[in-house]
Amino acid sequence: MTVGLEWYLWLSALLFVIGVAGVLTRRNALIIFMSIELMLNAVNLAFVAFSRFIPNIDGQIFVFFVMAVAAAEVAVGLAIIVTIFKRKESVDIDQVNFMRW
Amino acid sequence: MEVALFILIALVTVVSALLVIIRKNAVSSVLFLVLTFFCLAMLYVMLGAQFIAAMQVIVYAGAIMVLFIFVVMLLNLGTDQKWEITGPVRKWMGFGSAAGILLIAVLAFRGMQSPTTEMDTSIGTVSSIGETMFQSYVLPFEVASVLLLAAIIGVVAMISRKPVDATTVEGGNES
Repeated sequence: MTVGLEWYLWLSALLFVIGVAGVLTRRNALIIFMSIELMLNAVNLAFVAFSRFIPNIDGQIFVFFVMAVAAAEVAVGLAIIVTIFKRKESVDIDQVNFMRW
Repeated sequence: MEVALFILIALVTVVSALLVIIRKNAVSSVLFLVLTFFCLAMLYVMLGAQFIAAMQVIVYAGAIMVLFIFVVMLLNLGTDQKWEITGPVRKWMGFGSAAGILLIAVLAFRGMQSPTTEMDTSIGTVSSIGETMFQSYVLPFEVASVLLLAAIIGVVAMISRKPVDATTVEGGNES
């Protein structure tokens, strides 16, 4: 028995679902952000697994770009969180509703 | 051997990912997320993607998580944050949606046959990725650098702005 493609896809799906559950159930904006990172990493794992089993290098190139976008996204998102914290003294997303209508 | 290693690493990955979303303390969430990223780097090595594994450790477990832990400690949040969203209804709706996505995955992966391709060890090396990156993917690479520059400028503009009630800005954009 060897570790096949479906093992990695199962793990990837499981990590993605954990990330979804984190986004939907937590109120701390930082934890929600970490859950988004978890989902991005789950997709990266699927990309690398496909890239090894097809085999084709394009999946790994795409993982590189996902990492670049994730770095930019984290910088901007954390800046937004810090700005909101300066204004509201909280990162609870239930209290960040001043942009609603 | 490979199977045992995979099961061990996958177990640590899933457990630490779960701990990320159920720990109350944000600092321990960050540390478990770092553990998850290290486990993913090990899986990338098992998949023959050495360059991506190194990038995972350097960029994710290094740079991004340092940024996270810096912000967590800067904001100095207590551990008294409530775990749920308001009320149990939205919490169970959240878990229900996650379970629904897992169900879709189960239905999609059911009866899947794994391809039995041999591992091509020339695929994940730095030289092969570099060649592909700078031949077929030059334009996306440059666009990614512009994106990072835009992110830096945006962050600096957002953070260095004074609070709105502190000063009445005279003569336009004093940021």
